[in-house]
Amino acid sequence: MAKRIDVSGLSAFYGSHRAIDDISMTVEPRSVTAFIGPSGCGKSTFLRTLNRMHEVTPGGRVEGKVLLDDENLYGPGVDPVSVRRTVGMVFQRPNPFPTMSIYENVAAGIRLNGGRVRKAELDAVVEKSLQGANLWKEVKDRLNKPGAGLSGGQQQRLCIARAIAVEPEVLLMDEPCSALDPISTLAIEDLIGELKERFTIVIVTHNMQQAARVSDRTAFFNLAGVGQPGKLVEIDDTERIFSNPSVQATEDYISGRFG
Amino acid sequence: MSGVTMNEPLVADDAPRASRTLNRPSLPRWTPAALAAASVALGTGIGLGAGLSSRIQWGLIAVLLFIGGTYALAARVEGRRQAKDRLATSLVWVCFVLAVIPLVSLGWETISRGSKVLDGGFLSHSMAGVLTIQPGGGVYHAIIGTLEQVGIATAIAAPIGLLTAVYLVEYGRGRLAKAVTFFVDVMTGIPSIVAGLFILSFWILMLDFGYSGFAGSMALAILMMPVVVRSTEEMLKLVPNELREASLALGVPKWRTILKVVLPTAIGGIATGVMLAVARIAGESAPIVLLVFGSQLINNNPFDGAQSSLPYYIYEQWAAGNEASYDRAWAAALVLIAFVMILNLVARGIARWKAPKGGHR
Repeated sequence: MAKRIDVSGLSAFYGSHRAIDDISMTVEPRSVTAFIGPSGCGKSTFLRTLNRMHEVTPGGRVEGKVLLDDENLYGPGVDPVSVRRTVGMVFQRPNPFPTMSIYENVAAGIRLNGGRVRKAELDAVVEKSLQGANLWKEVKDRLNKPGAGLSGGQQQRLCIARAIAVEPEVLLMDEPCSALDPISTLAIEDLIGELKERFTIVIVTHNMQQAARVSDRTAFFNLAGVGQPGKLVEIDDTERIFSNPSVQATEDYISGRFG
Repeated sequence: MSGVTMNEPLVADDAPRASRTLNRPSLPRWTPAALAAASVALGTGIGLGAGLSSRIQWGLIAVLLFIGGTYALAARVEGRRQAKDRLATSLVWVCFVLAVIPLVSLGWETISRGSKVLDGGFLSHSMAGVLTIQPGGGVYHAIIGTLEQVGIATAIAAPIGLLTAVYLVEYGRGRLAKAVTFFVDVMTGIPSIVAGLFILSFWILMLDFGYSGFAGSMALAILMMPVVVRSTEEMLKLVPNELREASLALGVPKWRTILKVVLPTAIGGIATGVMLAVARIAGESAPIVLLVFGSQLINNNPFDGAQSSLPYYIYEQWAAGNEASYDRAWAAALVLIAFVMILNLVARGIARWKAPKGGHR
């Protein structure tokens, strides 16, 4: 479980537009890495290149290498489907499957992958995942109720449970708290702290305090101007980024003196 | 920045506030109903008094009285803005009533005339050995024909239409998709008689097959397919992209995502669309006349020999032109309407049963 990610020379395109340019970084296993930066600088695009979700967007294209413990995700003969099973993802807006119950939502990754799993095993996976997402106590008596009937914060934890149920090595989170209230946000942040024992976690956030609270390392992205590709400015230990960054732009952004 | 500085309020503080009360006189809630009743009564009175023979004129007078009266009264009591609101509301109501009149009168006419000879015997007998001028006989052979022809047409058109829509929404890019969309649009506009002629020349004249229910089914399938494609396409487009991404991000292959996430989410709307398409072809008579030929006898085999169908039966009985056959035509019309109605109810049932369950229950 939990793999290291090595990115080198990665650029992503929408059609002919270069959205991010020449990014190289290393994400350590069993740690939380936060991506911060202004809107449109390519944080989410970069995140989506890490599990080959970028190419789902029409016109999406990637150049460069992403090594997951020495295996290139973009190598020839690599199946994007198996990449996504190894690198899970949680989205900005909670998106439980509306036709499925809470139980079925968590089991979706296993059931939809066509695995014939015995009921008892599946029950165990669902319970373990919901407990892992700190949701078990709240929903254990209504597992057969629709997942869309939960509150926003609960839905997002349901989506996290759904993502960890397939036992990925890496968990990508794209602004997982931006649609949630402070209490639900706290619940998710606590959860991230627990999950990093088992997974490599990468989180995109617009909330600097959140990045400071939950992450071990922080990467700052920026773009030179509208229409320009986003670039990685620096990546360092979170403490250093927030106290004594080596690039002036980072300090300006963090202290709110930006633009 | 604009020229207005922020420390200068847009409305001066010393502007007269006294006239700004929030309470306004308003008409009681029963006013529109009372006005409508009064207008109808007045319209009838004027019509009778002036000796107008046409009921349409009575109705027009009542409508004008209702709209004008509402506006005048509201303008007097409530003010101009509310009067305009009430004017718009009353226009909407008038249009609603205008739209409902034909529907209600159609239903009423069919039920009152059709129920005369509609009974168990009518539903379970064919026209075998019944002269058109005699009462009796039945519609059984036509029901069998309609069920089989529409069933086969649906079995052909629904899967093809569904898969086409899936292709257009989930895979279609570039020229092929554009061409398919274009031809689906063209197909939507094909008159049913042309679809019938096409099958006639291709299946019966060129390939030399005989008249059969199946030939009719093929023409009906041509008519049904574009409707299914269109409605399914719209329903699939309504499925949020986030759900597809959520599924793909779990490592689910695209085809399974479509099968297990996208289609189930849209199944209610798709079922409704298919049922509406079925309802549309169930009333087609032109291709049946050309391809199924029509028959007085029960023919359970749709692949061999002439059959009848409900719309054809109605046409045939009406054309026979006597009292007994008119009754049978109305009764068959009632059966056809009931058939379509039941299909619609089934579709709604499926839609409700399969609809995504949200909210707190």
